[in-house]
Amino acid sequence: MLKTLTLTAALALSFGAPLLADDAAATAPASADAPANALSIADGFTRATRPGAPVAGGFMLITNTTGHDDRLVGASSSVAGVMQVHEMAMEDGIMKMRELAGGLPIPAGEAVTLKPGGYHVMFMELKEPLVQGTKVDVTLKFEKAGEVSVPLVVLAPDAEGFPGHGG
Amino acid sequence: MSQRVMQRIVLALGAVAVAAAIWMVMRGAGPLEQQRDSFGRGDYVLEATDGTTFTEASLEGHPSAVLFGFTHCPDVCPTTLSEIGVWQEELGDTAKDLRFWFVTVDPERDSVDQLREYLSWTPGVTGAAGTRAEADKAIAAFRVYAKKVPLSDGSYTMDHTPYVMLFGRNGRFVQTIAYREETGSAIDKLRALIAAG
Repeated sequence: MLKTLTLTAALALSFGAPLLADDAAATAPASADAPANALSIADGFTRATRPGAPVAGGFMLITNTTGHDDRLVGASSSVAGVMQVHEMAMEDGIMKMRELAGGLPIPAGEAVTLKPGGYHVMFMELKEPLVQGTKVDVTLKFEKAGEVSVPLVVLAPDAEGFPGHGG
Repeated sequence: MSQRVMQRIVLALGAVAVAAAIWMVMRGAGPLEQQRDSFGRGDYVLEATDGTTFTEASLEGHPSAVLFGFTHCPDVCPTTLSEIGVWQEELGDTAKDLRFWFVTVDPERDSVDQLREYLSWTPGVTGAAGTRAEADKAIAAFRVYAKKVPLSDGSYTMDHTPYVMLFGRNGRFVQTIAYREETGSAIDKLRALIAAG
């Protein structure tokens, strides 16, 4: 069993690495400098905040080719006093937001999208406004992969994603 | 449970359903219309970011669009405010007397000054804040939903109704613009609201 897992991981690495490199090249502004055996994070962005806004959402695509399930359990950034992993959803016409206390599962072999109106990392107690065109560094904490740093590009206040990336 | 008891339960449930249906028909459109007409009606008094007060009288004499939100809102409120900016630009001078209101559902954290700063990018939107009691009265008057949800760091967020409510010059509720409604559709609704006498 252990042998199979190791083999799977090795295969995932050997096939995954070049793919990750391509992904990183395609989305250079937002890709993480993660080691090849970690999770790949692409299209990371946040949105310019209104004056005095104390919160903001962080969004990205997390692809898990490590061969084992993982979980996004937290995040931190020098621009925020607190960061949490949240889920937003419209239920019966009411916009509800929930903290994912147990973290966000990132299953092996799958890609999980954090996007406006859905999963996001939330910047709380913002220490400064997020200015369009700049970048903010975020350290994501995964249960297994540990800490992964990723720059998030600050897009327009109502951006749904990178222009030309299909929303 | 015997079959006879089961049958009785099914019959009883059926009778309740029929009674409910009759009640709904008897209620008719009249009372429902009255309910819609009562949206926004109440004795709430909030402080507005332009130095005035926000009361039910604020909805009269010009068309109004009312949004309930809060500054600790990561997505819905900033997005909708950006959309309001787009609508205002699109409508131009025709929307001169259309008033936009942003009423906080989180008055404990949103002071009038904070709202004024938060709304400064969208000059056509007036904020309204006040005591918890007055905000709750407004929330009830507009029949919107707002509820505190605790977070692990000891703070909280708010669940809330994300639509924009439109009121005619007579202060009567007309319809809503849904969250992330297509811009063309929102503009059509606003044009109709402005055109209506």
